[in-house]
Amino acid sequence: MYSFKELRKAVKLNIDGKKITIAVLGNCATQFFSLAIEGAAKLAEVNLSVVDIDYNQIDAQLLDVDSETYKCEPNVILLWLATEKLYEEFLDSTIDERSSFADIYIKKIKQYWNCIQRNSTAQVIQFNFTEINDNSLGNYSCKVDTTFVYQMRKLNWLLEEAMHENCNVFPVDIKSIQIRLGQSAFYDSTFYYNAKMSVSTKALPYIAESVVSVIKALNGKIKKCIVLDLDNTLWGGVIGDDGINNIEIGELGRGHAYTNFQRWLKQLKECGIILAVCSKNNEETAKEPFLKHDEMILHLDDFSVFVANWDDKASNIRTIQETLNIGMDSMVFIDDNPFERNLVRELIPDIEVPELPEDPAQYLEFLQNSNLFETASFIGKASDRTKLYQAEFERKRAENSYDTIDEYLQSLEMMGQAKPFEESRFSRIAQLTQRSNQFNLRTIRYTEDDIRKISLNPEYVTLFYTLKDKYGDHGLVGVVILRKMDESTLFIDTWLMSCRVLKRGMEEFVINKIIEVAKDKGFSKIYAEYIATNKNMMVRNIYSQMGFVEYEPEKYVIELKDYITKKTYIQEEK
Amino acid sequence: MERNEIYNKVVEVCKDVFGNDELVLNEKSCAANVEEWDSLTYLSIISDIEDEFEIKFSLDEITNVKNLGELVVAVMNHIEA
Repeated sequence: MYSFKELRKAVKLNIDGKKITIAVLGNCATQFFSLAIEGAAKLAEVNLSVVDIDYNQIDAQLLDVDSETYKCEPNVILLWLATEKLYEEFLDSTIDERSSFADIYIKKIKQYWNCIQRNSTAQVIQFNFTEINDNSLGNYSCKVDTTFVYQMRKLNWLLEEAMHENCNVFPVDIKSIQIRLGQSAFYDSTFYYNAKMSVSTKALPYIAESVVSVIKALNGKIKKCIVLDLDNTLWGGVIGDDGINNIEIGELGRGHAYTNFQRWLKQLKECGIILAVCSKNNEETAKEPFLKHDEMILHLDDFSVFVANWDDKASNIRTIQETLNIGMDSMVFIDDNPFERNLVRELIPDIEVPELPEDPAQYLEFLQNSNLFETASFIGKASDRTKLYQAEFERKRAENSYDTIDEYLQSLEMMGQAKPFEESRFSRIAQLTQRSNQFNLRTIRYTEDDIRKISLNPEYVTLFYTLKDKYGDHGLVGVVILRKMDESTLFIDTWLMSCRVLKRGMEEFVINKIIEVAKDKGFSKIYAEYIATNKNMMVRNIYSQMGFVEYEPEKYVIELKDYITKKTYIQEEK
Repeated sequence: MERNEIYNKVVEVCKDVFGNDELVLNEKSCAANVEEWDSLTYLSIISDIEDEFEIKFSLDEITNVKNLGELVVAVMNHIEA
């Protein structure tokens, strides 16, 4: 962790890349906090520009459309309501008012969010509430609704419920930082009374790191896959030497630590993180515990890719990455062996390799505190894509048994669908705009709320695409957003696809459908653009390949009457 | 620790916070005669000094210090105590 001093100095760094503007609004002094997040962002190579609004002006700033907050056109507005200040308000209220303190406050916060959504396109980062136990009734306070402890716990719960209902609001769990550091390190009373700052300079780097990880997630920088070693990582001991009866796993002794680690990993998988194995072992030996050991929590079908051989781990991780078709910077590698960690770090600088503690008892707590899997969207059960990746292996295997690619594609019996955005799909569509990097022509990120607005706006034509074949259903794999330039012309604002479905005729299917829909709606021309990032080189020439004319570098146009429908093996499912 | 040594360390911290190595500071340096000295830089100095000497100032000390010389005295009170 950096110190506040280091963060303060990092503010001076110049970072390239897209500028993200954040307006910071607090009921307490936020100057040091603002310095800390700017510094932390820059050290994480995020070009963050922070506008620190004078404290205790939240109402005035958010209600006034011409306020400094809106004038700086922020991408993000951060709201920090410090508990210290609420405590003073609470004590200044009458006893009668106290029992409805949380209810009144949550209304106020919802009004803030509504104001922001009315007056700006910014996303909201909302801090939850730290706790002060003033022991007004000792332990008994917990059951009396006129105490501050009771009301603040209720307020946190109401806040979570309210955020659950609002897809434009993203939490920062400052309370968990307070718990982790302890109140004596988190809070500095001298500092509060001297400068109205509600956290110590020791706590600031932790809070700043949390904010920056949310900002990164909002901008698509998330981890998608965790690559795991086996021996002494998922269980105690070495399966090849100790044998199935002697490895440590289960509820007893050291085994318990590995079991709980596996429980946590299983949950990650259910949350949409891909699990992969990279082990130096014979494949058969490595798989044995998963097949035969009763107390194993993870099973073979939890892993999307299972690589066990005697090659070096960096090469194996590259294989895993190519199979999954995701960026190296979205992968995490977990290994108990410092040699392997260093080798992988050395050869693959982009991958995240946490410095796992030596004691297996500490693995879980360490990784939980590392907060590696920050995200800005969640689609519940459907997040688990393990089966899709496993089906992908079946396809790859089948691919090799056909002589020509056409024969293979025909054999897949692919069915595609194209429809305008639907309510039930908004979150998946938003998620794809945030996650897709490679097949993404302009890499514009949208939130669920943006997607809702676009789908309702008559100036847009929207399409989402699904695909299934005989091996399984890929679900929603493509998103197209077309913006009207005038009555006869459209512009392709967004075209992105999940990389799982490339080279299968989906590109052709998508473009055929775009042209068909545009013609039906009476348009005669479509403009398009490619915006290069360091990840989307693969689609650089796609518009040329699809018959568009490049009239300026990376800007394209097509007259619909000139379009020749492209061949594809995907049947349209109406 | 000798007063001189403490004084030099405090001056280093101040220069670092002000971001200016060339700055000439003395016992009488304060908000009135150092352009960079404001409430925020002063707080940064306090915070850095607390870390540097592993001490904790009281509210009175922070509010009563009028210049760099008094700040050094405040540090000494903690170290000698």
